[in-house]
Amino acid sequence: MTRSLPPAITGWFASRGWSIHPHQHAMLDRAHAPCQLLIAPTGGGKTMAGFLPTLADLADGTHKGLHTLYVSPLKALAADIKRNLTGPITEMGLPIRVEDRTGDTSSHTKRRQRADPPHILLTTPESLALMVSYEDAHRTFAGLQRIIVDEIHALAESKRGDQLMLALSRLSALAPGLRRVGLSATVEDPAAIARILARHPDPCEILEADPGPDPDIAMLTTEAPPPWSGGGGKYAIPAVLEQVKRHRTTLIFHNTRAQAELFFHHLWLANEDQLPIGIHHGALAREQREKVEQAMVDGRLRAIVCTGSLDLGIDWGDVDLVIQVGAPKNVKRLVQRIGRANHRYNAPSKALIVPANRFEVIECTAALEAVRARQLDGDTDHTGPLDVLCQHILIRAAAGPFLADDLFAEIRTAGAYATLPRDSFDRCLDFAATGGYALRAYDQWQRLVQRPDGQWQLRDPRATTRIRMNIGTIVDADKMQVRYQKTRGGAPLGEVEEYFASMLRKGDTFLIGGQIVRYEGMREMVVEVSRTPYLKPKIATFMGTKFATSTQLSDRILHMFRAKDWPDLPIHTREWLHLQRRVSRLPERDRLLVESFPHDGREHVVAYGFAGRNAQQTLGLLLSQRMEMMGLNPMGFVATDYATLIWGLDPLDDPRPLFTRDNLVETMEAWLADNAVMKRTFKASAIIAGLIDRNQPGGKRKTGRQATFSTDILYDTLRKYDPGHVMLDITRAEAMRGLVDFGRIEAMLDRIGDRIDHVRLTRVTPLAAPLFLEPGRVPIAGSADQRLLEEEAQRLMTAAGLAEIAT
Amino acid sequence: MNALPFDFRGETLHLLPSGALHWPAPRTLCVADLHLGKSERMARLGGPMLPPYETEETLTRLTQDIALTDPATVICLGDSFDDMAAAQGLETTMTDRLASLMAGRSWVWVLGNHDPGPVNLGGSCRAEYRADPLVFRHIAEPGAMGEISGHYHPKARISLRGRSLSRRCAVVDATRVILPAYGAYTGGLFCDRPELERLVSSDADMLVLGPSPIRLPLASSSIRPARRSSST
Repeated sequence: MTRSLPPAITGWFASRGWSIHPHQHAMLDRAHAPCQLLIAPTGGGKTMAGFLPTLADLADGTHKGLHTLYVSPLKALAADIKRNLTGPITEMGLPIRVEDRTGDTSSHTKRRQRADPPHILLTTPESLALMVSYEDAHRTFAGLQRIIVDEIHALAESKRGDQLMLALSRLSALAPGLRRVGLSATVEDPAAIARILARHPDPCEILEADPGPDPDIAMLTTEAPPPWSGGGGKYAIPAVLEQVKRHRTTLIFHNTRAQAELFFHHLWLANEDQLPIGIHHGALAREQREKVEQAMVDGRLRAIVCTGSLDLGIDWGDVDLVIQVGAPKNVKRLVQRIGRANHRYNAPSKALIVPANRFEVIECTAALEAVRARQLDGDTDHTGPLDVLCQHILIRAAAGPFLADDLFAEIRTAGAYATLPRDSFDRCLDFAATGGYALRAYDQWQRLVQRPDGQWQLRDPRATTRIRMNIGTIVDADKMQVRYQKTRGGAPLGEVEEYFASMLRKGDTFLIGGQIVRYEGMREMVVEVSRTPYLKPKIATFMGTKFATSTQLSDRILHMFRAKDWPDLPIHTREWLHLQRRVSRLPERDRLLVESFPHDGREHVVAYGFAGRNAQQTLGLLLSQRMEMMGLNPMGFVATDYATLIWGLDPLDDPRPLFTRDNLVETMEAWLADNAVMKRTFKASAIIAGLIDRNQPGGKRKTGRQATFSTDILYDTLRKYDPGHVMLDITRAEAMRGLVDFGRIEAMLDRIGDRIDHVRLTRVTPLAAPLFLEPGRVPIAGSADQRLLEEEAQRLMTAAGLAEIAT
Repeated sequence: MNALPFDFRGETLHLLPSGALHWPAPRTLCVADLHLGKSERMARLGGPMLPPYETEETLTRLTQDIALTDPATVICLGDSFDDMAAAQGLETTMTDRLASLMAGRSWVWVLGNHDPGPVNLGGSCRAEYRADPLVFRHIAEPGAMGEISGHYHPKARISLRGRSLSRRCAVVDATRVILPAYGAYTGGLFCDRPELERLVSSDADMLVLGPSPIRLPLASSSIRPARRSSST
């Protein structure tokens, strides 16, 4: 039975000669279900399917206040949906008010929206969490009927998603009967997403739309071979430009912002026909991004160089080609990116993959095979992290007093927290209230206090400001704005990491927003630059998110290596693999290849574990810990999806002790105690949980900086004086499943057993070469530090003629 | 002990790995910027509730240095407490520990900007402390001679074979010594910051803390942001 739609809506469809898709009908029919999940490919009319029941409900104009909340992971998506929804609503003549609310919305508008909300409000997880933190949240959300979570696949396994679902648990309590709708791109395991979306233990109906025709996808063939190493894909620029000319609009995806910047720069230099081409990524200033988005909507651009910031379903209209530069790392994301082309149902998407270097030729070939086999990567089970829970408790406290039992019951309705033990909840509540220390230090200054009636409330109501300023689960490195000098108040060009800025010297040049700029100086935490069109840039090191290559892709690659020859690979890559086999050997699935060689005054060890970036990173920590104990003076390492490169002062003779399972757990514990990855994880969790503030009331940071100290000190202090503290448990759990990925290490060690092949060489091998250009090097704070420092002191003092006073 | 000896105004001083300054001749030990009670103060002001162990950690370090050097005089060079209320609010276990450190020694609390008034913990309180040829005060004064001060929490940033290392340090030239912060919860100010750099001459050295403190020319802190041309 199809639910009858109001004539205004059916008439509008008919006047366009459109019919309603079967899955849109299905969503309408089942609109009263407590929870629905729609899986549809990009361009499948997902958004309309989500909103049709709302439009039908609101058509008679009787509903007062907020009816439907729409949440998307991207601000841009909220703005885009507003545009795409307001048009049809106006044309249908429906009495519906639609507004968006994101970090970019003015505070005046935000205040008004809380008092007088529109019928449909479009927002992001962070803005929603903020709204939930207000004392008047129960009024704002009273009468809320539906919540639509768009692109839920992008949120499902992230802390942003966890925070969103905790906010939803609050909304379901404020507005009983609230129905949930999730819209997702194609995923391997829809049930896993349904579990996270539904109010536990409500059922969730899963609707899968027709996946549409197979994509038309191939590797871009170029005259010049890809370089031996590097990630930019610069070599392919003539071929990419040729493709841009042949299509109406091309999206050119990159895996990192730095690569997008570089590629865009070189594309412009080669763009002799002056084709209109733009760039879009998350580190660009909002004004810059909006300009590009508008130009795209107006159809004024032939191509956009972009990153994950355009991954999700923004409707850019007439895209007829998607180019992916660099290996896609996981098949799901590749499929979703491909879906950006021909954003229309039932038309095949056209896509080209450009391997950035020769190793990526292999990765891309494996990914193409997987796409053709329609084999996506599986999801892992997700349990809600406790740092996000701690933040949620503070958000709840900001909204008003609460009973612990009520909040615990509410939190357990979020799928990811359905099995949360009471003990864990109590520890988080204690942490939020008192800091949770073994030493009861803050009895007088507790953040939350329990009233005589048993309800918890903030001791100092002014703390709400601090809590609200620190909402959010994305923890970035400290960023600094970049502006042109002498344009006080002028448009910012974008942001760079503070660490990157601190390394700049006057006269250094770097790329931002597709332009080369010259560093002039720093003024009140703003990086000032000037224009310099003709210099060669120093690469910006800011990076986009990195993903680990999926197990499936790694296995496919190792399988390919077993072949005697690779007639399907381009000749250059084929020769490269043969060369590697000649000078060293190729990695195999049930063996471990270890190479060692001197290079540039240091000793190097490479272990080809193919365990994915995070696990290879952990391997770097484990191995360097063991090398430190063996007296090899390791100095640092860098990891990619397939290998770990460690450098140090002394050569490796026998790699077997490095990979023994003996003492593995003890070694883990030893490095858990003191290493950069744990400290980085601790910092992120400490910020999310509210142990330290990301932002402080009163605006600007002190320029003096003596006042701030490193979170490493807090981590070390806790380990020494309060080793059972909940923040250390959270850090350990986060690290094990996130950056540590210990499961994949163990799987690899099991796989290889004692089959380790050590090849000692006199120089860098073909397969190792790309590792030297990887960013994200992790230094090791070991004995090499002191030795180098002493050498440096001696050198400098000798140079200054002061050797006699140095110790 | 891996102390770093250096000559200053005709006296031999030792910088200890912890950042304390030992002057053996008059058996004097000097520590700057202890910031005791910092976590309590932050919680009191509605800020984050940091692990409340920094006072214990700082006093443990001080106990070790006192055991090593057995000083007759201990000078706490200002900002010994994170604020006056923090000085009053120390746990009894901590004031007891402090009392046992102070017993039998001359103890001088030099006033700082965080703790500008006297404390009721014994010892003497001074705006500055003179012991010829040296003068001890919290904030360096322009034109001073033989001055030992703290306040700035100097930190060194050194580039070594492509890696950047950041450590606390003292800054020394012919006329003054600026000591690193001794307290557990203290951040730092890089030596190339104008606030700090304009206080010392261009041939100043950094005494970089570590298992064995090391002397480096200040000019070798090789990563330095360009300074504003307007500020000179």
